Amino acid sequence: MADKRKYVIPGDVITSGPFRPEQNVVLEGNNIIATSVGISEIYEDSVKVIPLTGKYIPKINDLVIGKVISHTSLSWELDVNSCYVGFLPAQDVFGRDFSTHADELSSKLKTGDLVAARIANFDRTRDPLITISDRDLGKIDDGILVKISPSKVPRLIGKKGSMIQMIEMGTNAAITIGQNGWVVISCETEEGLSKAKKAVEMVNEKAHIANLTDLIKDMLDGKDES
Amino acid sequence: MGGRDATMVLLDENGIRCDGRKIDEPRRIMIKAGGLKNADGSAYIEFGDNKILVGVFGPRDVHPKHMSNTDTGILRVRYHMEPFSVGERKRPAPSRREIEISKVIKEALEPAVMLEKFPRTAVDVFIEVLQADGGTRCAALTAASVALADAGIPMRDMVAAIASGKVADTIILDVNNEEDQAGQADMPVGYMPSLKKITLLQLDGVLTPEEYKKCVDVGVKGCEVVYELQKKALHDKYFGDRKD
Repeated sequence: MADKRKYVIPGDVITSGPFRPEQNVVLEGNNIIATSVGISEIYEDSVKVIPLTGKYIPKINDLVIGKVISHTSLSWELDVNSCYVGFLPAQDVFGRDFSTHADELSSKLKTGDLVAARIANFDRTRDPLITISDRDLGKIDDGILVKISPSKVPRLIGKKGSMIQMIEMGTNAAITIGQNGWVVISCETEEGLSKAKKAVEMVNEKAHIANLTDLIKDMLDGKDES
Repeated sequence: MGGRDATMVLLDENGIRCDGRKIDEPRRIMIKAGGLKNADGSAYIEFGDNKILVGVFGPRDVHPKHMSNTDTGILRVRYHMEPFSVGERKRPAPSRREIEISKVIKEALEPAVMLEKFPRTAVDVFIEVLQADGGTRCAALTAASVALADAGIPMRDMVAAIASGKVADTIILDVNNEEDQAGQADMPVGYMPSLKKITLLQLDGVLTPEEYKKCVDVGVKGCEVVYELQKKALHDKYFGDRKD
């Protein structure tokens, strides 16, 4: 798709002409300028930069892993590894007949619990609204949390999920990746768990290496023999 | 202040300055992006004998809450000199000069950083001067831009900075400590080379209108040299082992 990929840093002119600026680029006069360190991609009518660094900025419909920080009588607050706290209303969990008298929020989610959630709504005027009422969403009961850089999440997933599938197959672990860079790994065997954790951390550290897939594969296979 | 002789000749008949440089030659500059693990972004610069470390945090929650702005993010800069950064011990409390430089650097960075993308948050820049030798505000601004880019904060362009000045009736580039003390004028210039915009311009001394124009031109040209080094520092960190 992308006909021209380039390494850019803020201020670099990627191209000029009638292109639509997308993520991490701005239009200055006729030039399209990168605003982040990353890799630029020019499509038929648009230009974007895939960032290599930076914090997680919530986006509607992203799957994220959140950690409960606190709750009021109406809602929970979740840490979603961003500059904003996630807001999870109680109705979302208890349903429409939620009442502040009858239902106690801490009976469902306690401080410190991990949840798989989706960003339901977010704009610049409000903190991100989070929902867990969907299939595969909700409280995470077992597994370990591994934190990676949010900008390396696409690398961990791989092309059409190739990387994550390979790790899951090699270790028999179930891996949930939040777009915010938090990853939950659960596995029945201790060995598979530590191996999957190692693989995820390896992707985080060596995300820029070209034949990373082979490296991970070697690592997963190598452990099998020993 | 420093160990060098203050009565030395600032510019000899061959156009060589007190530290052996030509009139349009900057000092040796080395910039390194990254290096601090706990900061979101960081940079280290050696600008002649200046040694400065910068750490950037954010965007993050604003504390105290009343400082936050619902329309845009805020930028907070702290410029601080270590007690051992100068010849005689500097008291560690923020001085009048440090408060001013913090403000000046903040205002020089603001046009570059796209804070409006992060309403209700703060970006904190911490500048620690480990060793000072004249022109620390320019060096600090240069390093702060690299650290902000390293933190992944969206920027329209990076700000490069260098001082130009007037010594022995000649316009020179990159004023060092002796030239600053004994020279006739000192003009720090901060410049965004891709956008061709000046974000910092100060002047201490007296210049004629012609000298003023020349001084700005010399400064802007110097910034373009610094800009290439900033780009190189980021390229080395992020694309060092890749082929372009």
